[in-house]
Amino acid sequence: MAEPVARAEAILKRFGADAPALDGVSLSVAPGEVTGLVGPDGAGKTTLIRILAGLMSPQAGTVAVLGRPPGDARDSIGYMPQRFGLYEDLTVLENLNLYGELRGLPASERAAAFRRLLEFTDLSRFEARLAGKLSGGMKQKLGLACALVRTPKLLLLDEPGVGVDPISRRELWAMVGDLKAEGIGVLWSTAYLDEAEKCDTVYLLNQGKLLFEGAPGALTARVADRVVSISGFGERRRRFLTEALDSPAILDGTIQGRSVRLLLRPDARFDPPPNARAEPAAPRFEDGFVEMLGGGPKGTSRLAERYRTIPESDAPMIEARGLTRRFGDFTAAKDMHFQVPRGRIFGLLGPNGAGKSTTFKMLCGLLTPTSGTGAVAGHDLRTAAAGARASLGYMAQKFSLYGDLSVRQNLDFFAGAYDLSRAEAARAIEAAVEVLDLEHQLGRNAGSLPLGFKQRLALACAVLHEPPVLFLDEPTSGVDPVMRREFWTHINGLVEKGVTVLVTTHFMDEAEYCDEVTLIYRAVQIATGTPDALKAKAGALAGAEDPTMEDAFIALIEEHDREAGTQREAA
Amino acid sequence: MRRLRAMIVKEIWAVLRDPKSRIVLVLPPLLQLFIFAFATTLDVRNAEVAVLDRSGGAHAVELIQRIEGSPNVAHVRRLGSEAALAEAIDGQTALAALVIPEGFDRDVAAGRPATAGVVLDGRRSNAAQILAGYLQQIAVGYGAELKPQALAAAGASQVTNWYNPDLDYIWFTLPSLIAIIVSVAGLAITSQTVARERELGTFDQLMVSPLRVHEILLGKVVPPLLVGTLNGTIYMIAARLVFGVPFTGSLFLFYPALFVYMLALIGVGMLVSAASQTQQQAFLGSFLATTPLILLSGYASPIDNMPGWLQVVTYADPARYFLVIVQGLFLKAMPASAVFGQLWPLALIACVTLTAAAWLFRARME
Repeated sequence: MAEPVARAEAILKRFGADAPALDGVSLSVAPGEVTGLVGPDGAGKTTLIRILAGLMSPQAGTVAVLGRPPGDARDSIGYMPQRFGLYEDLTVLENLNLYGELRGLPASERAAAFRRLLEFTDLSRFEARLAGKLSGGMKQKLGLACALVRTPKLLLLDEPGVGVDPISRRELWAMVGDLKAEGIGVLWSTAYLDEAEKCDTVYLLNQGKLLFEGAPGALTARVADRVVSISGFGERRRRFLTEALDSPAILDGTIQGRSVRLLLRPDARFDPPPNARAEPAAPRFEDGFVEMLGGGPKGTSRLAERYRTIPESDAPMIEARGLTRRFGDFTAAKDMHFQVPRGRIFGLLGPNGAGKSTTFKMLCGLLTPTSGTGAVAGHDLRTAAAGARASLGYMAQKFSLYGDLSVRQNLDFFAGAYDLSRAEAARAIEAAVEVLDLEHQLGRNAGSLPLGFKQRLALACAVLHEPPVLFLDEPTSGVDPVMRREFWTHINGLVEKGVTVLVTTHFMDEAEYCDEVTLIYRAVQIATGTPDALKAKAGALAGAEDPTMEDAFIALIEEHDREAGTQREAA
Repeated sequence: MRRLRAMIVKEIWAVLRDPKSRIVLVLPPLLQLFIFAFATTLDVRNAEVAVLDRSGGAHAVELIQRIEGSPNVAHVRRLGSEAALAEAIDGQTALAALVIPEGFDRDVAAGRPATAGVVLDGRRSNAAQILAGYLQQIAVGYGAELKPQALAAAGASQVTNWYNPDLDYIWFTLPSLIAIIVSVAGLAITSQTVARERELGTFDQLMVSPLRVHEILLGKVVPPLLVGTLNGTIYMIAARLVFGVPFTGSLFLFYPALFVYMLALIGVGMLVSAASQTQQQAFLGSFLATTPLILLSGYASPIDNMPGWLQVVTYADPARYFLVIVQGLFLKAMPASAVFGQLWPLALIACVTLTAAAWLFRARME
């Protein structure tokens, strides 16, 4: 094996008195390989990358890039931080020029280098455009180009795939593949576990500790033959998952469209229910991670058990009728139509900036539609906005409770804001605290809670008033798979009680939990249906067998672009 | 009512538990009490005076001794030459230099008007002028003793200072300070509230809850109101007990006036907050509002000295009215009718700023 381009040994890094951000982590990046640094938010990925880039020094351990301290090897390092420092008021070419200058690229070489990079990133057409006007995916590509102005030997990419639509993400991966062929050692950090499978070597970090290192296949091999996909029970799949997870034979389970995917304990047997079909499924990196974390949570949600049953109703609980929103002459969302019946999960799926958040915000009353109407639990958003707000629970994408207030004060506030009487509030808070294990955290500042407890508290605050409708905005991006399972266990339980859920996500895994999803792209709905139907459609379009949700996403968008192209030509 | 109560409780906790807000509660009032009360002296004390005595006679010595005896003068340094005088002023070792000419004693003895010159350091014009006034007083006083009829002939006046008989500057500063401190705390706290929610992402969470806009705004008005009232009360007590400034008016007029003034300020703070996306912007915004608020109030320089157009602008400054009220209530037992004369424009301003804030809050909700 070739000499690694970067090596870190037994790194210890601690910030203040907290648990170490990195605790004895070792890693090496081989030339001509993509090394994955995988883990949920807060695992220590960014800290490790900054140490490798020479921006920080560890308290213990050694770091070497090309056999030298990272500070001396700067000319050989390309570094793309999470939010790359593009100058939004400069054009694409000016940005490249600036970075060329900063990295000391001789003026004579610039023209050729920039031409090559623009071609490589497919940005040649946009070289005169301001960086601020590029889409998220294009910004990421330009960031990559800027990190490559002087061909590095080590390329550090800190979560390049975050918030980028699947198509751009796939293009980024293709580019990285080319760089690999040039012999560059690439370190790609990510919270998406499906990206791990594309790496040559993976380092799996969790809470500052290295859980696994090696080829991704080595981790999935541990769970091979233990993954089954069970289908054929239609609407009852949530109930089935709950029961299965409560069984001692099952380590983990998720909903995949109409079917349920289960990870069995070693040597355990599981008999599928009568008239259901069980077939072996391909193991994933995530299965291995969940197993290392000790398996997912039990299936029964005690939060849901104590929840009231939402009365049956034939009327749609969430309704969008031609919702449109314009900002100036830019249309952010155009003519959104959908209905969600009681007890269903509906997903708004799409890349950042496509219009899913705009649609979501119109429905929960944060944005007034330019035209069209919507209703939540029968309350029209225009005429009965207060009623609509009282019947929905809302969980924002990033933690948005009061960090300086204690857990108890947060709960008290939300109970009051949702008009609960003193007795109701006391009962609801007591139930939430008991069910979500918050007793020992009550006096703590909400902002200082560990990520998992923050998520629980946010859920508790959103459902204190037992609303019939829940709005979730990318509820589990960046959390570890066990936390994500726990969250969805509660949501599934609530849905069984008749709660209706609207969720936005660009996380394909979350889309699988939905009964129906609508794919939003460039402000319009380009496809609506069950996850399975969308996958089947995409399979037909792309000729792929057993496509993932991400494949479906890409195929449908490409199909849409093709149609739009033909229309333009015809016009 | 439940919603409003929850909102108010939450807002109070938010102020008390946020380390930054706590600093705003404690630090500026304390700092300002010390800075304003001791550092921004309007009197001149401990001044250094130099003397170039060319006369050397008994009257010159007497005059110098009287200057030395003044409580406003720390030292009198005797100089030997004009060059030494220039050096003393230039090096700022003396604020003023008295030049007693050779013929001084001769003129005094002969009953002719005698003149002594004073050189002042124009770089410190305010203090120098005040000191010149003291020196003048001493010289005139001495002259009057020597020749009382001359003073009468010149038609000098006998001055009495009403309301502040000793012209103690603290009697003027401290009541005004109540207005200033309440303004700073009120603006700083209010301007952060909405901006903080925006920055932390809790703003959306509030907006999707059944809380009405007026409940949110009312909830946000209460903490600065409490803090302002508390600060005002502490300062009032400190003014009487620590600094001995008499409070001659009625508390029943003081607190309603404070309340209306706070509302006007909170409207301004809320306007800043609703317009800001981040706490940083809100902080800069509140600074931007505080400076003219204080400078145009008449505290730092009399409104009558401002150019005409600026005097018109000061009518929009709520601090202007409140300053008149507190000074009046402290020093001259301002009657209710006079207080109301200042209070109604204040109430008008409060209505305008609060309405504007509510409007802007609604407009910037999305």
